[in-house]
Amino acid sequence: MRISTFFYTFRQGIRNIFRNAWFSLASIATISSCLLLFGIFYSVVANFQHMLYEIEAGVAVTVFFDEGLSDEEKQNIGVLISDRKEVESVKFISADEAWESFKNEYLGEYSEGFTENPLEDSESYEIYMKDISLQSSLVAYLETVPGIRTVNSSQKTAEALTGANKLVSYISLGIIGMLLAVSIFLISNTVTIGISVRREEINIMKYIGATDFFVRAPFVIEGLIIGLIGAAIPLGVVYSIYINAMDMILSRFNELGSILAFLSVDEIFSILVPVSLGIGAGIGFIGSFVTVRKHLRV
Amino acid sequence: MALKGRKKPKNMQNGEIIVLDNVVKSYNSGSPALNGVSLRIKKGEFVFIVGDSGSGKSTLIKLLLKELSPTSGDIYVNNIYLNSLKHRQVPKYRRNLGVVFQDFRLLKDRNVFENVAFAQRIVQTPTRIIKRNVPAILAIVGLAGKYKQRPNELSGGEQQRVALARALINKPPILLCDEPTGNLDPKNTWEIMKLLEQINKRGTTILVVTHNREIVNEMQKRVITMKKGVIVSDEEKGGYIDED
Repeated sequence: MRISTFFYTFRQGIRNIFRNAWFSLASIATISSCLLLFGIFYSVVANFQHMLYEIEAGVAVTVFFDEGLSDEEKQNIGVLISDRKEVESVKFISADEAWESFKNEYLGEYSEGFTENPLEDSESYEIYMKDISLQSSLVAYLETVPGIRTVNSSQKTAEALTGANKLVSYISLGIIGMLLAVSIFLISNTVTIGISVRREEINIMKYIGATDFFVRAPFVIEGLIIGLIGAAIPLGVVYSIYINAMDMILSRFNELGSILAFLSVDEIFSILVPVSLGIGAGIGFIGSFVTVRKHLRV
Repeated sequence: MALKGRKKPKNMQNGEIIVLDNVVKSYNSGSPALNGVSLRIKKGEFVFIVGDSGSGKSTLIKLLLKELSPTSGDIYVNNIYLNSLKHRQVPKYRRNLGVVFQDFRLLKDRNVFENVAFAQRIVQTPTRIIKRNVPAILAIVGLAGKYKQRPNELSGGEQQRVALARALINKPPILLCDEPTGNLDPKNTWEIMKLLEQINKRGTTILVVTHNREIVNEMQKRVITMKKGVIVSDEEKGGYIDED
């Protein structure tokens, strides 16, 4: 393709947006509305999943050792556990640390009567996992490791968190799927109406020998630009809503700050920006490409 | 790039540019729109195709434009065998044809210059050459001073001149005109026909589908008369044959 043809095609695509200003506005509004809902929903779901992850990260599996195990053997067990792919981190709890923690948590002033550490054989590893749904398989493995006396885990907590995670994932997928389906339906309808109006123009182009590419390219460029603008607007709106919502929640409900761990704007937008722009551009591209094709058989 | 699908017919003679060989075109219902039409047109000829509604004239034009394919029979245009032409080859083939319609079919949102230039843009003519060619062809059709105007600012005759300029700018060997004067008053009708005659004198083969008895009788060109999908008359320097 000649450079002049490329620029001509590109210019035509941009001019088409202004030539059909109302259609362009309608398309941008449709894409923006759908992607605004998507952006808000994604922000809520991502934060919810982040909070679940934070809770999961605090749930540990604890292993206690057989009596008389040497420090070297305990270290070897630690290495074995750390090497497991589902393990995020392993923390060694000495007998003294265990007793201090027990005293603080359960005995308080009544601990003064103890002169020796009754938890002498309670050295342990606290194991934090990457994915709590894999807890039962890790526990099964730990029970087979020589030198481990007991494995403590909260299967109910793990199952509840895993279940909650799955539920959120399924609901998110379902709602995002529905939003996208509605978006594609609305957008393809808008594009179809817009292009039907210009059917005569396409026919003229075809009669005088324009290739399918030459006819289609300005429409596709137009669709891409409309899709990108339609995606950029809700990104700006979601950005503003997110910042203000975080400020409001954290200032009005101070006590929630220690419980709720919100994702930063950067974390949300590092995913939302490419996904929204990709969806906007993709819908604009596919919508115009497919709809123009219907009119090319002249 | 040469078009595939070229196949010179055994009985095609030198100097012929359009050949239809026993062409039948049937639609889903009713009798065939074209029923065994055979036709030979030489390079540089000026031919009127006349006939009442339903005679098959429009179907003939659509077949020549490769908008339709024949049910049977062979069609050759400018040595290209249309029957075997694939969809992606059609645009390149159509650049052999200039086309003028009754309703002008101009791009309403572009000015005269851009309407004419469009035909050159699709064949990727460099912009500097387009800027040279468009004023030249507009001068030939008598619209040199109107290149900035939009179609809706022009009279019917002027719009048809723009369509003619667009059809001719790529110097096609054949010009197909489907009722080119159907929307024009007598004065503009004659001006367009004179233009067509001038273009024909420069070597372009011209086919004009028309209902206009006066111009057919006056111009004394070859006249092919169609009725119910068949050619009923083909006369050199012929006249308009009344239906009854």
